Amino acid sequence: MSGGLYSMQAKDFDKTLDLKKIKPYGDTMNDGKVQLSFTLPVPCGAEAVEAAKQMLKKMGLENPQVVFYQELTPGFTFFNCYGSLVHTVDYTDIYVPKVESTVMDMHQTDEYIREHIGRKLVVVGASTGTDAHTVGIDAIMNMKGYAGHYGLERYEMIEAFNLGSQVPNEEFLSKGIELKADALLVSQTVTQKDVHIKNMTELIELMEAEGLRDKMIVVCGGPRITHELAKELGFDAGFGMNTYADDVASFIAQEYVNRHK
Amino acid sequence: MQSKLGLDFKKVEQAKGLAKNIADEVQSFVESYTTVAVERTLCRLLGIDGVDENQVPLPNVVVDDLKGKGVLNQGVLFYIANAMAATGMRPQQIAEGVAGGTIDLTRIEVTDQKSLQEALEPVIRESIAKIREKRSRREKYLEANGDNPKPYLYVIVATGNIYEDVVQAEAAARQGADVIAVIRTTGQSLLDYVPYGATTEGFGGTFATQENFRIMRSALDKVGEELGRYIRLCNYCSGLCMPEIAIMGAFEGLDVMLNDALYGILFRDINMQRTLVDQYFSRIINGFAGVIINTGEDNYLTTADAYEQAHTVLASDLINEQLALLAGLKEEQMGLGHAFEMDPMLKNGFLYELAQAQMTREIFPKATLKYMPPTKFMTGNIFRGHIQDALFNMIGIWTNQGIQLLGMPTEAIHTPFMSDRFLSIENAKYIFNNMSSIGQEMEFKEGGIVRTRARFVLDKSIELLERINEEGLFNALEKGIFGDVKRSRTGGKGLEGVCEKGANYMNPFINLLKGAR
Repeated sequence: MSGGLYSMQAKDFDKTLDLKKIKPYGDTMNDGKVQLSFTLPVPCGAEAVEAAKQMLKKMGLENPQVVFYQELTPGFTFFNCYGSLVHTVDYTDIYVPKVESTVMDMHQTDEYIREHIGRKLVVVGASTGTDAHTVGIDAIMNMKGYAGHYGLERYEMIEAFNLGSQVPNEEFLSKGIELKADALLVSQTVTQKDVHIKNMTELIELMEAEGLRDKMIVVCGGPRITHELAKELGFDAGFGMNTYADDVASFIAQEYVNRHK
Repeated sequence: MQSKLGLDFKKVEQAKGLAKNIADEVQSFVESYTTVAVERTLCRLLGIDGVDENQVPLPNVVVDDLKGKGVLNQGVLFYIANAMAATGMRPQQIAEGVAGGTIDLTRIEVTDQKSLQEALEPVIRESIAKIREKRSRREKYLEANGDNPKPYLYVIVATGNIYEDVVQAEAAARQGADVIAVIRTTGQSLLDYVPYGATTEGFGGTFATQENFRIMRSALDKVGEELGRYIRLCNYCSGLCMPEIAIMGAFEGLDVMLNDALYGILFRDINMQRTLVDQYFSRIINGFAGVIINTGEDNYLTTADAYEQAHTVLASDLINEQLALLAGLKEEQMGLGHAFEMDPMLKNGFLYELAQAQMTREIFPKATLKYMPPTKFMTGNIFRGHIQDALFNMIGIWTNQGIQLLGMPTEAIHTPFMSDRFLSIENAKYIFNNMSSIGQEMEFKEGGIVRTRARFVLDKSIELLERINEEGLFNALEKGIFGDVKRSRTGGKGLEGVCEKGANYMNPFINLLKGAR
């Protein structure tokens, strides 16, 4: 680390922010600083370090620095690295599809439903397919909620049914029909080998085959789910990291009202 | 023992007494029943293995055949012994005959009790010797190398491909791991059969098969010799094939098994009658094989709040301890579970976690306690996550836990990379060494947060045990007493595989293996 504690390099680049050409920020505008770690399947040594540096250059990182490396087991070396990225992104040209609803808290949503719908909305949720994780669906549905956001079971104007995990799509749908669901919530945590894509597609196909797709609001959620992916698969909305019951309930209530205008 | 927490051991005795009553009541139910999984386990104990032309395991073929004919209540041992006595064939040949349709077990004339026993005796002796040999092999290793200091460092591998798992496991062992757990593929707990052979495809984990056990065991033995340390192998003896996985593990020298009916009932919606019957036989096998079982109480805190529901974990540990004792398991083989799962934003959360871990240690002094890392509040912020894991490791060494399941900074993102495991092991080794004797040095202030918390949790768990004792465990589960999850006695998966034992039913293994070595 002897060379890197204080950078004595002249900063001869333009230090004004240009949203058409943004770069990562370390401690100076446009310095492009990036920190990353990875493992290469080669034994530890000078060649390994050189390989890591070349890898960084190919990623577009100038002045690549390997600040730490260690052999994890013979034939595999781990690196912590820094570099300055040459690439830029035009921030002004970005469009990300988002869930188009106003996020309300529990009381506001209850009030909204009372006023605009006048009855409880029935929401049926499950972690479907082979997915055994209940963490996601519980965070949204359980009374207690998650991180200070109460779950749907606590909403006065929502009747919430949490079917738990590993619920096959057929069973999920027939339970939804039986309970007269206004909305279905699908939670997917395991995404290895895109198992969630297959499973979620299957649900939509089933619903279309039964002529039910337009009769219910269908949303999905999970740490690897985005709204864009959800729309692509035929869902009405998708909720990823850092979204809570508030987001889901607000969307369902407003979507229901929009559809029944 | 001197309690660092000022625990009232009379209360601990009271709690254990209540838990014993609860377990005894379950046991009186369990003993009159058998299940398809128990019967398949008996097939495997007779040496029946392999699959038919449709890849159906032969133990399933035999058991399904008897079930289809409505005679499973008499048990496979009765029919197979009878067929052995009549034909002189080995159990494997008989199973192949059933699969090929050349043998109908129910159409062979029934011989006398003595001939049945004579036919079975050598086969039983052989399979018991096979388990005993695996057990003494472990004991010899441990004698030669000495055991690794506790808490054991436990890490998971979960690539889906057993050969890739081997690469990951070897790396982890070289970095200092003491226990390697091969996570099972998503959904295996709900399969009512155990897949056959080596497998290279899985989701979020790798199929538990006997061949996969063998491949990993032999890899760990090899790397263990290189390191001069014994590396333990862990798998999952839970779900619908509980006792079958137990016997496969016993045959292949596994050391640690997740083994908890309550977990299956609550979190996999497995029928409670089915899995409690399965658990009894699986724990008898694990006991005899010298396997450390792990229970899954930590999972309650992934659905219920860790601060508010701590007493449910203790209550369940106490019940699990009594159920394990009834199956002949030694206290040292009990990896009773608990976890570090409080919201990291909770003021003094570390002290509450410390109190609970120390309390668990003192209430189960001989147990090889299994301590689970933070998972619920791991956010994808790998940097904070690494610190949460560090706090967890401090409590592990401070309170002398048995098995420390190392948290990964990348929890909630992906199954561990090789480098994630390295960082986690480095974290634990640093803290375990740097804080090695902290438990001997520190005492807890009378009337302080730690002592008060421990007393509170113990009192609340006694209240809960009193309620469960009045209701019975089955009713308590129906009312959602653990993990905020309600399960019905006749609901869930696998009830159709349960039947009451008939007049001819025999299972001599229970008496031969229970509490024996």
